[in-house]
Amino acid sequence: MHDLDKSKFKIPIGPQHPALKEPESFSVALKGEKILGVDIRLGYNHRGIEKACEDRSYVQDVYLIERVCGICSHSHSTCFVQAVEEIAALEVPMRALYIRTLIGELERIHSHLLWLGVAGHEIGFDTLLMYTWRDREIVMDILALLTGNRVNYGINTIGGVRRDIDDKAIKKILAAMNTLEDRTKYYIGIALEETTIIKRLSGVGVLSHEDALRLDAVGPTARASRVARDVRHDDPYAAYSELTVNVITDNHCDVYGRTLVRVKELMESYRIIRQCLEKLPAGPITVKAPRKIQAGESTSRYEAPRGEDLHYVKANGTEKPERVKIRAPTLANVQAVKHMLKDRYLADMPIVIAAIDPCFSCTDRLVSINNLDDKKREVITWEKLRDYSISWYRERGIDPSILNKKS
Amino acid sequence: MTNALFSIIIFPGFFFLSILALFAEFFDRKLYARLQNRVGPPWFQPFADFIKLIAKEDIIPCDSSPRMFQLAPVFALCAAVTTFLYIPLWRRDTNFSFNGDIIVILYFLTIPTLAFFIGGWYSTSLYARIGSVRCLTQLFAYEIPLFMGILSAALLANTWSLSGMMVFYSRHPLLWLCNLLGFAVSLVSLLGKLEKVPFDIPEAETEVVAGAFTEYSGRLFALLRLTLDVETVTGAALLAAVFLPFGLTLNAPLAFVIFLLKVLSIIAVLSLCRTVVARLRMDQMIDFCWKYLVPLGILQLLINLFLKMGLSI
Amino acid sequence: MRPGKMIREVLRSFWKKPATVLYPREKLDMADKYRGKLKFYPEKCIGCKLCMRDCPTGAITIVKTEDNRFEAHIDLGKCIYCGQCVDSCMKKALEITGDVELAQLDESKLKVVFRGEPKKTDKENP
Repeated sequence: MHDLDKSKFKIPIGPQHPALKEPESFSVALKGEKILGVDIRLGYNHRGIEKACEDRSYVQDVYLIERVCGICSHSHSTCFVQAVEEIAALEVPMRALYIRTLIGELERIHSHLLWLGVAGHEIGFDTLLMYTWRDREIVMDILALLTGNRVNYGINTIGGVRRDIDDKAIKKILAAMNTLEDRTKYYIGIALEETTIIKRLSGVGVLSHEDALRLDAVGPTARASRVARDVRHDDPYAAYSELTVNVITDNHCDVYGRTLVRVKELMESYRIIRQCLEKLPAGPITVKAPRKIQAGESTSRYEAPRGEDLHYVKANGTEKPERVKIRAPTLANVQAVKHMLKDRYLADMPIVIAAIDPCFSCTDRLVSINNLDDKKREVITWEKLRDYSISWYRERGIDPSILNKKS
Repeated sequence: MTNALFSIIIFPGFFFLSILALFAEFFDRKLYARLQNRVGPPWFQPFADFIKLIAKEDIIPCDSSPRMFQLAPVFALCAAVTTFLYIPLWRRDTNFSFNGDIIVILYFLTIPTLAFFIGGWYSTSLYARIGSVRCLTQLFAYEIPLFMGILSAALLANTWSLSGMMVFYSRHPLLWLCNLLGFAVSLVSLLGKLEKVPFDIPEAETEVVAGAFTEYSGRLFALLRLTLDVETVTGAALLAAVFLPFGLTLNAPLAFVIFLLKVLSIIAVLSLCRTVVARLRMDQMIDFCWKYLVPLGILQLLINLFLKMGLSI
Repeated sequence: MRPGKMIREVLRSFWKKPATVLYPREKLDMADKYRGKLKFYPEKCIGCKLCMRDCPTGAITIVKTEDNRFEAHIDLGKCIYCGQCVDSCMKKALEITGDVELAQLDESKLKVVFRGEPKKTDKENP
C-alpha cells in the first residue's frame, strides 16, 4: 500500500485516524518530522444523495437533503428549499424567513462551539473540548425546544416553516444568549492570552491573501486571510436584507486567525439573533406550495458555518426534481490544505485539517473528471460505473453475478 | 533472605507498588475529570482495565520481530519496579540502600524510555516508528533538567546516597526550602518523563495514533500501562524523597500516611498541569527545555554551591 | 502571554456539581414538543394515503380492514421522526408524541400496528 523508498516515508492519515472526525485519505510524505508533500483522496463518504433525490418528490427531498450533514443540516435544507421556491415563484411570508434566519444563526453558534472543542482536542487541550461542548448543550436544548430535535431540525418546508415560536421560547432564547455571551468572552480571553494555544496555532497553516483568492477558499478560512467574502452580506437571502451583518475578517492568515474569526463570529451571531427577535413580524408561517413544480432551474447560495454552500435544482414540471447538485464549502477549502502544509511539521497536520472545519459528509458528491491529456471532461454514467465495479471484483476473483439472483 | 524476598515481592515491592500505581491512576483520572466538570471513573476502573487487558489476546504484527516486541514491556516494567525498591518511603533508608544509589535510580528511570523506543521500533508500523523516535528526542530535552534538579539537592547534602541525603536533611530541618527552585524544575521535567501534556508528544493521539504503543494489545499492553503508572508513582516518590524530606523520624504508620499524602499531592500537581495547557510541538518543547529549564537548573546548582561554601557544611 | 490561564476556572469547576446527567438513573427533561413515536387515531382516518405518499422512507402503511376502517403499520426502524405525515394528514389522525426511548433488541418489536376497536355487529345488540 505504501512503499518505503529511501527518500520518502509515507504515512497515511486516514481514512481511519483519531485526528479526523470523518473519513478522508491524506497520504503524507515525511522526512523526520517535516512534511514533504500531501496526497488527498476524497470520496469515502459518498452516499449517492444526488441520485437519490431524483427518485423522491420535493417534499421527501427536503428531509433527505437535510441529512447530507449533521452539523450544517439546516444550511443544506434551507438552500434547497430556497432554490425550489425560486423556481416555483412562491412568495414566502416574512415571519417564516425570520424563523429560518433564527435557526440558521443558532446552528452557526452550535457549529462554531463544536469547532472550538475539536480544535482544542487536536492540539491536546481536552479541557477546552469539555467546556465548549458543555456550553453547546445550551444551544442544543434551545433547538430541541424550537424544532423538536437536536440535529436535523426539519423546520423547513417548501413555502415556509413548519413550526412557530411563542413568547416563552423567545424569553428562553434571550436568556441563553446572555449566558453564552459571557462564556464566549471568556473563550476569547483564553484564545488571546494562553501561551500554549498561541504557540501551537500561530504561524501554522499560512494562507496568504493572494493564495486564498487563487485557491477559491470560502468561509472563515478565507476571511482569516482578509478576503471579505460572506454570502449574508454580498447576496442576502432569507431575512438578512433587513438585518445588519458585519463581515468579520482578520489579518493573521493562519490557524490563529481562523480561531479568532470564528470566535468573533459567535459574538456577531448573538447580536444578529437579538436583532432578529426584536424585529420578528407577525403573520403566517407558510404558504401553500404546489406538488408539481413548474419547469425551470435555479441556483441558490447560503452562508453555512463553514462557508458558501451552493445548490442547483432543475425541475421539469413533475413531482420529482430532474437534477440536484450540491457544492459544499469544504470541497472549496480542501484544495488549500495541500498548499498550507508545505514545509510544516507532522504535528501541525491535525490542526491544519481541523482549521478549515472539514465536513467530509458534505463534500463527497459527484464530480466530473477533467482528462488533462486530451482536454475532455467526462462524468461516469450509471451503466459505466456498474460495469467498472463488476470488472473490479472479477479481477480479484469474486464473482458478482450472485447479486443478480433474487432471493 | 525471606525478609528481602518479602520486601521485594509483597511490601513495599511489586504487589504494593502495583496497587498503589493503579490507585494513583484512578486519583489522577478522577481529579482530571472533576477539574473539567465531569464525573470521572469509579475507584476500581484501573484495576478493571488491567484485568480486562490481561484476558485479551496479544496480536503480534507479522512484520515485527516477535522477541523484541514481547520483551520490551517486560524490561520496562522490571526497571520501573526495581527503581522503587531504592527509594526511602517512610524511613530514612530502605533495605537496599548503598552509597551512589541516587545515580543508579536516575539511570534505571531511563530504561523504560529506551524500552519504549525498542518496542516501538521493532513494531515496524509507521506510527510506532515515528512515536519511538519522538520518545528518544524528548529524552534529550527533559533528562538534563531532571538530573540537575535532583543532583543539586544531593550536592547540598554532600553525599551520593539517597538515604544519606535524608539523614542530612533531617539534621538540618529547614535547608530543604533552598531546593524549591530545583523542585519546580524537576516537576516540569517529570511531566516530560511521564509523557503527560504538555509534553505527551510521543503518544499524541491525534497525530500518531498511540506512538510507540500503537501495535500493542492484550497482556503486553496491560504491562505497558502498568509501567506508565509505576513510573508515575516512582517519579513522585523520588521527588517526595529528595525535595520534601520531612516527617521521616516519626513512627511508622504516621510516616507512611505522610508519605502517601506527599505522593498524592505531587500527582495532583501533575494532573493540574495536564488540565490547563495544550500540547507543545517537538521543536517548541526542546526550545522551552533548553532555554528555560536548563538555566534554572544551573541557577539552582550555583545557589546550592554557594550555600555549601557559605555555610561550610 | 500566560501559560495556564484557565487555572482559575478549572479550580472553580472542581467545586461545582458535574455537568453530567446520570442517565438512565436520572431522567433528562426533554422539551415538550420533542419529536418521538407516532400515534395514530384509527377513527379519524379516511384512507387517503397522503401520509404514505409523503413519507421520506416509506415507514407508514395504511391498510384497509373493513369498510371505512383503516389500520396503520408503522416501522419504527425506518421512521426518521420528521413528522411530515402529521403535517400531510388532512384529518389530524396522526400525532407525534414525546416518547423517545424506543430501543429494542428484537427487530420485529419495532413494527407497531395501530388498529381500532372492532365494529359492533347487529348480532351483539339485539
